[in-house]
Amino acid sequence: MAETKTAAYICKGCELGVRLDTAALAKVATKSGKMNIVREHDFLCSADGVAMIRNDIDNEGVTHAAICACSRRAKTEAFNFPTIAMSRGNLREGVIWIRPDTEEARETTQEMAEDYVRMACAEVKAMTVPPGNQKTGTVKTLLVVGGGMSGMTAALEASKAGYKVVLVEKTGALGGWAARLHKRVPTREPFKSPEDNGVADLIARIEADANIKVYLNATIAKTDGAPGRFKVEIAVESGGIAQEDIGAIIQATGFNLYDAGKLPEFAYGKTPNVVDQAGLEALARAAAAEGKPICRPSDGQPVKSVVFVQCAGQRDASGTHLQYCSGFCCNTSIKQAMYFKDSNPDIDTVVLFTDLRTPGNGEDFYRAAQNRGVIFSKGVVSQVVPNGNACTVKFKDLILNEDTQAEADLVVLATGVVPNSGVNIEAVAAPAEGDGEGGEGDAPKEVVATIKPESILNLTYRQGPDMPQFKHGFTDSHFICFPYETRRTGIYSAGPVRRPMDIAQAQEDATGAAMKAIQAMENAGLGKAAHPRAGDLSFPTVRLEGCTQCKRCTVECPFGAIDEDEKRFPLFNESRCRRCGTCMGACPVRVISFENYSVNTVGAQIKAVDVPDEFAEKPRILILACENDAYPALDMAGMNRHEYDPYVRVIPVRCLGSVNTIWITDALNGGYDGVMLMGCKHGEEYQCHFVKGSELGRYRLSKVGDTLKGMNLETERVKDLEVAITDIATLPQKINEYAELIKSFPPSPFKGF
Amino acid sequence: MSDLNQQMANRYKNNFLKEIEEQAEMGEWVKMCMQCGLCSGSCPTNFQAGWDHPPQEIFMMIRAGKRDEVLSSGSMWMCTSCYNCYVRCPRKVPVTHVMHGIAEYAYRIGRAPKNQPTQHLSKTFWDNATKHGRVNEVKLTQSLYFKDGIGAGIKKGLEMKDVALGLVKAGRLNPLEALGMGHKCKDVDGIHKMLAKARELEAQRKGRDNKGA
Ligand code: SF4
Ligand code: SF4
Ligand code: SF4
Repeated sequence: MAETKTAAYICKGCELGVRLDTAALAKVATKSGKMNIVREHDFLCSADGVAMIRNDIDNEGVTHAAICACSRRAKTEAFNFPTIAMSRGNLREGVIWIRPDTEEARETTQEMAEDYVRMACAEVKAMTVPPGNQKTGTVKTLLVVGGGMSGMTAALEASKAGYKVVLVEKTGALGGWAARLHKRVPTREPFKSPEDNGVADLIARIEADANIKVYLNATIAKTDGAPGRFKVEIAVESGGIAQEDIGAIIQATGFNLYDAGKLPEFAYGKTPNVVDQAGLEALARAAAAEGKPICRPSDGQPVKSVVFVQCAGQRDASGTHLQYCSGFCCNTSIKQAMYFKDSNPDIDTVVLFTDLRTPGNGEDFYRAAQNRGVIFSKGVVSQVVPNGNACTVKFKDLILNEDTQAEADLVVLATGVVPNSGVNIEAVAAPAEGDGEGGEGDAPKEVVATIKPESILNLTYRQGPDMPQFKHGFTDSHFICFPYETRRTGIYSAGPVRRPMDIAQAQEDATGAAMKAIQAMENAGLGKAAHPRAGDLSFPTVRLEGCTQCKRCTVECPFGAIDEDEKRFPLFNESRCRRCGTCMGACPVRVISFENYSVNTVGAQIKAVDVPDEFAEKPRILILACENDAYPALDMAGMNRHEYDPYVRVIPVRCLGSVNTIWITDALNGGYDGVMLMGCKHGEEYQCHFVKGSELGRYRLSKVGDTLKGMNLETERVKDLEVAITDIATLPQKINEYAELIKSFPPSPFKGF
Repeated sequence: MSDLNQQMANRYKNNFLKEIEEQAEMGEWVKMCMQCGLCSGSCPTNFQAGWDHPPQEIFMMIRAGKRDEVLSSGSMWMCTSCYNCYVRCPRKVPVTHVMHGIAEYAYRIGRAPKNQPTQHLSKTFWDNATKHGRVNEVKLTQSLYFKDGIGAGIKKGLEMKDVALGLVKAGRLNPLEALGMGHKCKDVDGIHKMLAKARELEAQRKGRDNKGA
């Protein structure tokens, strides 16, 4: 690598030149920043300003640049110099926009700006240019597991985008549950009648598609590797193993119906005249094949009356049955009622529901069924009593508020779905109480929960053979922000295995997942990170000489990126890594780092801040803010000119999970009066981009109280704040409240050491 | 099968719904109600405890096959035609009209509750207005005041004396109407023919004999 040459650029645009003494900032960059080149510019992001920097890189040999202008989130296209190490001093959103333009405020505002210049200089000097991942894989073939509606759709969409696909189906035919439907809920205007299930068309298109290779009667025996270089072994019909090189994976393994046999009160199994929705589809198909009306299984007589029982074994609060709504069964019952009404309007069809949920265009479909005379009644069924060749359905009519009953030849139970998601690896349980800094007992405990017998992916990852599950056994999903993302990079889940959904939603889902998988393969081939730091070329490296084999990194990595080698050292799979830095935050001996983000890059910034002595009455507060939510919220607070305290110094971190406690102890030892951490909500309703990052970070931080006590400091000096990106107006208030609290304490006794 | 058993067997069957669709004006809308309850919540008369069943419930009862309860219900007669429900129903069910349609049907087949005041008013008003083509206010008032006997009629008349005098002064009430004089329309025969024709058309549309009210 060429010799290091540093440069700092100070922008005077956007009123920076008016509000700040930029000449003094330049002096700071030279004197305390010790930069080789320091330049001011009237308008740094202009073509002229950018050309100036480019010229320094090309002709002066600048390798490290500190750009002191606006937030690192602004003007990223102008300040795009991938060949050098670069830091950004946030003088605009972080200083002049959050401070009043008054004479009294001038001094503290200038001090704030000078600190950010010092920090940007210190940070960039601690950085190196990421060389890119050397172990990239460039395979661009997509593996789709599951040949139902979702799987077939994902395969076709990926093929249309020009990618090769391997489609593996467990049974002897494509089509999944959809193939068993007599008809499907309409997908087209005017959404009034059931339509063809569409399976034959999809199968024909797959068979005609040269990009798609189909394995029937096959399962995944082993999945090894990482995005761009998965080695997948497929157990095929003959009993042999087929090898495929795979770039990314979509798991579309669908569902099974909830077992109606668990509902003895509804007489399932006691009379053949009580069926589940799949049972009715079978009756309808058999009838259509013979050109007859749908008949009662008990005696083969045409059905004259039918009652549909919605939410049978679903949305159950007692904990006995499914707790959730399966999302498609109301529309399905409407469709099935139409099977009867369309063949003979005199057949009595009653749908007993508590809430009729009709996603998509189901509302039109519902109206069409009402128009045909299907009776919808709000009621809770308590019992179905077989009664010769008929059944008596006992229920409470919720509108008329009375216990009543209806007679029917046939009863259909809407039992809902159970995801077919494989083994529940649920590795990281709630963190147990540890024993303070260091030591294995400190790491969250691993527990292996109920394991279903069959794995679907058979991953060789140390974290377990399948992807983690989210809720109720559905596969992992970053539910609120990035639904297709799982905690296994390059492995996506789509369709009803991910959450309950109908065919239309599953096809949309499959298309989305296919696009994500393509992105993941392309990024992997370029050695770039996948979502959410898409395009990041850095990756974690570990100084194995220092590693104590404590396994914290391997256990905590939310994405299963780290395996162990034969000698029990961590083995990083860069293409599985999302660059969250959780491993770096976890490592007690601090041997994990990124080229552009490390214990040093942040540590150097903390040390660069000028901490006034205890008589100056100018406290210093360090804020470590999550770059995904808190930092943008702070930037937006600046854009909205919400003011906050001039004594805070903000450093963005990749995730709360990447915060190494050494930063906090260093800050306190260095005379800072307080440290505030801003991270996303964690737990069940988490908003962390890295799913578990903020939770793991908080767990680690919960130990800091002991450190504070050891230093004889008030424990309130370190504050953990949960921040959402929308907290634009409240965040400055919370900062100010915290600053007032810190000012109420005596100055830190560590100043000046 | 006993009567009660027969009734239970007809529960949640289409029989009564079909009957209402065929016989009651706007009855074909009953099946479209989605049981949101907006009509019941909007109905001003519901607050007076005069209702046995608000519209949503009447519609559900029809679908549940509760023929006797619906036809003999006083509910439809309590409707003031304020049209609150009509404008609010998200399913665009013309609730007000359906209520009147069911009431009219119940009356037509002799199942409407007896001595129901609204029903009495309607009937009196209709007879009064169709006789001469215009309403005779004095006679209409008389027949309403005296429906519960002479004493009650006189008492009510005295109570309303000032209002009546005011109306006379303002030229809004002609005392001579008591003698069958006062305003009439120009072509009473024409009106009668029009009404007969309307009845005939309605019967044709509903496919039933022309023997309604
Ligand atoms: S913890 Fe984060 S940064 Fe570390 S290996 Fe895992 S994904 Fe990568
Ligand atoms: S129109 Fe009749 S039923 Fe409708 S809200 Fe008014 S009074 Fe009630
Ligand atoms: S407002 Fe309309 S849809 Fe709602 S309950 Fe009344 S009639 Fe039915």
